[in-house]
Amino acid sequence: MNNRGGAPICLKDLDFRFSQKVKRWAGTDFHTCLQCRSCSGGCPFSEYMDYMPNGVMRLVQLGLKSEALTCNTIWICVGCHTCTIQCPMAIDIPGVMDVLREQAIAEHADILEPDILNFHREVLGSIERYGRTHKLEIMLRYKLKTRDLISDWTVGMKMLAKRKLDLTPSRIERIDDVKKIFQE
Amino acid sequence: MPETNSADFSYFPGCSLATTAKESNQSLIECCRKMGINLVELADWNCCGSSSAHSINHQVAFDLACRNLSLAPPGRPLVAACPSCTLRLKHAQQRLRNDEAARSRYRQMWGRPFDPDLSVRHFFGILAGVDMDGLLSTLGRVQINMTYVPYYGCMLNRPFALRALSDHQEVMEKTLAGVGLRPKRWSYGSQCCGTFLTVARPDIVTPKVKAIMQGAAESGADCIVTACAMCHMNLEVRCTLKNPIPIFHFSEILSLAFGTSHHKNWFARHLIDPRPLLKSKGLAAS
Repeated sequence: MNNRGGAPICLKDLDFRFSQKVKRWAGTDFHTCLQCRSCSGGCPFSEYMDYMPNGVMRLVQLGLKSEALTCNTIWICVGCHTCTIQCPMAIDIPGVMDVLREQAIAEHADILEPDILNFHREVLGSIERYGRTHKLEIMLRYKLKTRDLISDWTVGMKMLAKRKLDLTPSRIERIDDVKKIFQE
Repeated sequence: MPETNSADFSYFPGCSLATTAKESNQSLIECCRKMGINLVELADWNCCGSSSAHSINHQVAFDLACRNLSLAPPGRPLVAACPSCTLRLKHAQQRLRNDEAARSRYRQMWGRPFDPDLSVRHFFGILAGVDMDGLLSTLGRVQINMTYVPYYGCMLNRPFALRALSDHQEVMEKTLAGVGLRPKRWSYGSQCCGTFLTVARPDIVTPKVKAIMQGAAESGADCIVTACAMCHMNLEVRCTLKNPIPIFHFSEILSLAFGTSHHKNWFARHLIDPRPLLKSKGLAAS
């Protein structure tokens, strides 16, 4: 499965400056990718991705920017680095995914997994407010945002019963330090 | 045994150990105390940024890690027990070592120069230097007559730039070998638990966790021992098996081996109750 739907690649779509930028930001040379597919074979989540990890390496090599920024692969990847240790060319594939995700947000590209992005934003929001993550609030805010209060209700109740979810956040004292990070 | 004369370490608990996995935090402090390792909590530490910061904002991820590094007093190693926190701290440290612009930002943000000599370590890295056999002979060992599968999750995987750093291969097996615990072979020891996808895509994580839990049961092991509190939570929360085997934090098992009596509040916090197993093995009776 891929989201080009088998359409031919047009030379005018290739943005090599994008390719160079991603390489510089990620600090890894994906041009050495041999398309051996070890990464995709090892990836525990590749079955849920539209482009395999090696496919994303090819997209950035060719500078197919919009495909790279709008694939769901960049959101499904959790950065477990199973691919990295299997890559014979030692490419930091999750590092490339990090750059693509950030670019997708910066360039207002279509986000194929909006719920995953919502979750990341809630985590960062919590850190900005308290300096640490307050999991109960993250979950509640996330559930409200995605308008899904039903699923995981039992799990939440079990965790509350086992006192795994604190009702109040743990706050750092010098919260201004953290506010400064987010204002920069 | 350099670590047995009450060595001081700065300790970064991280959000998981400080909240959802308090039992992991308490048992870690306890087993370290037994080993003569004094964990001094890093004053006013902040979240390392977790997966979310580096996923969508590398600058915030870097700054959050840097603030923690800047809080560490000199001359004392900084130790973390969460693989993910450790990786974030080491990642920032690596960038600071190689990039003058990063060092200058650090100085400007935190008002002090970056300390290139600060040693950032995972708890496992310290364990590797501990003479377990000598220690157990001195402290008296509690034999734990159980079989287990070691679950490292993704902590053994590293980006290339950080691969030269300490390798934690088989640390759990080596450490637990002297107390009667026998590891079973299985295929899921380094399988990713799915981490944060558990929130937005439980449909992906649930079958992954099921395979891991089933693999553990099929190995014939009595229990799973985890290296990471996040993995521990995912396995417990997303497990759909009817009678899953219990999952221990590594530090809980190590503390039991050292004969701890401070385990009162640990096992009751597990979603998969390990107390029947412990009772059947004559352990942690109280």
